[in-house]
Amino acid sequence: MAIDYTEKIPNNVDLDSDRRLQRALESWQPAFLQWWSSMGPTLPTRDVYLRTAVSVGREGWADFGYVALPEYRWGIFLAERDRDRRVAFGEHKGEPVWQQVPGEYRAELQRLIVIQGDTEPASVEQQRRLGLSAPSLYDLRNLFQVNVEEGRHLWAMVYLLHAYFGRDGREEAQALLHRHSGDLDSPRILGAFNEETPDWLSFFMFTYFTDRDGKYQLGTLKESAFDPLSRTCEFMLKEEAHHMFVGTTGVDRVVERTAQLMTEHDSDDVVAAGGIPLDVIQRYLNFHYSVSLDLFGSETSTNAGNYYTAGLKGRWMEERRHDDHRLTEDSMWVDTVEDGELHRIEVAALTALNEDLRGEYIRDCQNGVARWNRILDSYGVGRSLHLPHAGFNRKVGLFAGHHIGPSGELLAEAEWRRRAPAWLPTEQDKAYVRSLMKPVYERGKIAAWIAPPRQGINGKPFEYEYVHLS
Amino acid sequence: MVSGAPIEQPAAAEVSFDTDPARYRHWRLAVDGPVARLTLDVDERGGIRPGYDLKLNSYDLGVDIELYDAVQRLRFEHPQVRAVVLSSARDRMFCAGANIRMLAQSSHEWKVNFCKFTNETRFAIEDATVHSGQTYLAALNGSAAGGGYEIALACERILLVDDGSSAVSLPEVPLLGVLPGTGGLTRVVEKRRVRRDLADVFTTKPEGIRGKTAVAWGLVDEVIPKGRFDHVVSERAASVVAAAPYRGDVRGITLEPLVRNRYVTADHDRPGGIVNITVHGPDGEVPDGIARVHELGAACWPLAVTRELDDLILRLRTNEPELGTWVFRTSGDIEAVLAYERLLAAHRDTDWLANEIALYAKRTLKRLDVTSRSLIALIEPGSCFAGTLFELALACDRQYMLDDEGAAQVVLTECNFGGYPMGNGLDRLAARFHGDPDHRDRLRETATGRRIGAAQALELGLVTATPDDLDWDDEIRLALESRAALSPDALTGMEANYRFVGPETLESKVFGRLAAWQNWIFYRPNAAGPDGALRRYGTGQRAAFDRKRV
Repeated sequence: MAIDYTEKIPNNVDLDSDRRLQRALESWQPAFLQWWSSMGPTLPTRDVYLRTAVSVGREGWADFGYVALPEYRWGIFLAERDRDRRVAFGEHKGEPVWQQVPGEYRAELQRLIVIQGDTEPASVEQQRRLGLSAPSLYDLRNLFQVNVEEGRHLWAMVYLLHAYFGRDGREEAQALLHRHSGDLDSPRILGAFNEETPDWLSFFMFTYFTDRDGKYQLGTLKESAFDPLSRTCEFMLKEEAHHMFVGTTGVDRVVERTAQLMTEHDSDDVVAAGGIPLDVIQRYLNFHYSVSLDLFGSETSTNAGNYYTAGLKGRWMEERRHDDHRLTEDSMWVDTVEDGELHRIEVAALTALNEDLRGEYIRDCQNGVARWNRILDSYGVGRSLHLPHAGFNRKVGLFAGHHIGPSGELLAEAEWRRRAPAWLPTEQDKAYVRSLMKPVYERGKIAAWIAPPRQGINGKPFEYEYVHLS
Repeated sequence: MVSGAPIEQPAAAEVSFDTDPARYRHWRLAVDGPVARLTLDVDERGGIRPGYDLKLNSYDLGVDIELYDAVQRLRFEHPQVRAVVLSSARDRMFCAGANIRMLAQSSHEWKVNFCKFTNETRFAIEDATVHSGQTYLAALNGSAAGGGYEIALACERILLVDDGSSAVSLPEVPLLGVLPGTGGLTRVVEKRRVRRDLADVFTTKPEGIRGKTAVAWGLVDEVIPKGRFDHVVSERAASVVAAAPYRGDVRGITLEPLVRNRYVTADHDRPGGIVNITVHGPDGEVPDGIARVHELGAACWPLAVTRELDDLILRLRTNEPELGTWVFRTSGDIEAVLAYERLLAAHRDTDWLANEIALYAKRTLKRLDVTSRSLIALIEPGSCFAGTLFELALACDRQYMLDDEGAAQVVLTECNFGGYPMGNGLDRLAARFHGDPDHRDRLRETATGRRIGAAQALELGLVTATPDDLDWDDEIRLALESRAALSPDALTGMEANYRFVGPETLESKVFGRLAAWQNWIFYRPNAAGPDGALRRYGTGQRAAFDRKRV
């Protein structure tokens, strides 16, 4: 049966005339829909006011409209090709970028794409039950927007696997649908993506901190000498910006509501008024931030250096950096723990690229905290939020196995465990936050623990009926 | 500290091979009736040398010393064990193989000696499966890469978790520019009989093969969903136990900490580059029955002397690379040696300990066959080269016997005819008389059990030369001095070629073909040069290859 691919799958990769890609997608697309129906959002809806990517031009790259979720047109888009683009770093610096996968880098590129691809559907799986407790239709819509776009990012990675990696690529694409978040038999590759997102505070923290890791990873892949990967990631970053927005403003609104209640009741205790205490917000922040720092990998990493030298994965804003873009002679300082003390050690810059990226990320996260503290200041509550020390609660890298408090103090394990309830969400915190998670599906209404947004979506008001439940 | 330049091995303390389960840093041994579990949980900071972290359950010599100890103890201390389950304490990673930074910073002789020892332990695992009825199962609860998969290959069955991620792989060629040298290349095609074209694909694919494909290609026996993994592994271990012949109510002995210099003494002649090794015969009463052998346990002479010799070989190989000639002498009462031999031979088929002692002697003699040192036996009056100890002389490259009117004697026993096969499957007399198999058979019929003096030993081809007492000192001195003047590399190559005549086996291919190719590659600029793959690994820079095929 002939399928009109352009109608079903918006794309700018000439899908209509690419038989190889058509063959791959013919079997993959039904499997994807099957996955979406079994692992996607559990809340039944008739349709949702969503943005759909339909082209890559500077203007009008997306359409807004009501869409039934399973009929969302997951498309394949690469940023426009720059025909003069050259490799910006590593030993191939200055050579034209690659339009095909070089055989010698096949395995490494495939692995990078599979790991990135594995996180995209993972977050949909982690968030599948959140619709049941959305604080407003506006938030529910944002959740689904994030979900369908994570789905599209999966498509983007699958496109690369199908188009450039032959049979191996097709098998890996299938496996992306077979691994499931938290599945005992077949878990997602990265540990952080196997934890359920149990409540909306976690969701906002996740979209702020963990999706931001995704942004930075995409930013390094955008530098890749493998041009289709670069262009794919460049386009994904456009969508990722919305996810950042959901996280940033989500935390904004929780903080704002808490500050309001603190001022109204002139007390830090906002529980009676149905708000989330600032201490609980801080503990959620501590958890999500530290888990996300782990996602950047070990402070010193051979793989990261290999990827850089080979031209597969660059640094954040590679072309704005003022150095030789090869780094064979450079060094960098990284934190470590030796003999019971925090130390800085000098290592070859090539092996410290994970730390370089984590540094960029940390600076970005500081902006968020500053933003939330401005909100607190505007209410004059006299309290603030902080990012914990980079060594706090780490399971990966040079800090793993050590017990470091949020202010960077090195502690004995027993001491750390004794004080952990002040630093990380307790069972009581989680139970309390869960108890607030009652759905509000009435248009224009919102749950008491969060402030309404200042604006709606695409010029629509907050009261707009963003979601029609079925 | 991060450049690829090899760091000189620091003048570190001598490597010791003494350990026991209470002291293990990297393995956990748990025995539950007929099932033992050996669990790899490498202490990252526990490298035997400074300069690298043992990440991802990767191993170095120190980790393998513990594995060797565990394999030995399972045989002697836990003979009731029928199934040994090898797995990892880590989630998702069984073992990442030999530590690459360790290899990159190691001297050539350290790498070669490390590979040899690890290979010997892999064969010891297979030997335990075949001859001691202890079947090893690899329960890969995560990825097994390189040397990690090679450990699995030494096991009788390989069970791999099917979690969509865990794979078996041999990434040495694509990632490091060297070979999977711990038997990997050989066992994939010779033991698991993987088709050569598929083996070629497998060994050039750094991410390896997982799931059903791994089963279809024969790389593993079974893939098991993660949720059922532990359960199925236990079931497989139970079926191994059920299928094993009943051994009766066996009770192990204790391998007490080794007492050195009791039955084996060594005198280092550093200027001459020689170690003078003397193996001493039994002292005290010969046990009146096999029960007494069990009572004596590790103190019983045949076991005690083998442990000491094994330990000495390992320590000399690792710590004394410049002592290139080992001279073996024996000292003691031939009759007492023969009495032990008769006692153990009579019970070898029925008593587990008698069998284990013989197997241990076999493995120790095999270590000599693959030792890169010149081995010279000196047979003098007062020596006791009889049976097993004469096999020691046969393992040497030359045998000198003092012709002193019959004062020095040797004795052949039945154990010299098939009791201690070499890695190529031949016994040393068959190898020695490769050109005249009838001669070996005649020796068996006519010369076994008799005392043989120098003149007759020469005539029978059992010794190389028989200087008389006037010539002896000078002849021996000249032989040793002239050998010491030759190129150590050429000697190693020559000896290795002459020691293994006749057929090839998996074992001889690993120690011969695979090891020789690996050692050549280790020395080539494409691996070990400043821009080579091994030296560049971990720096983030890529190897630059000399593209000429050699």
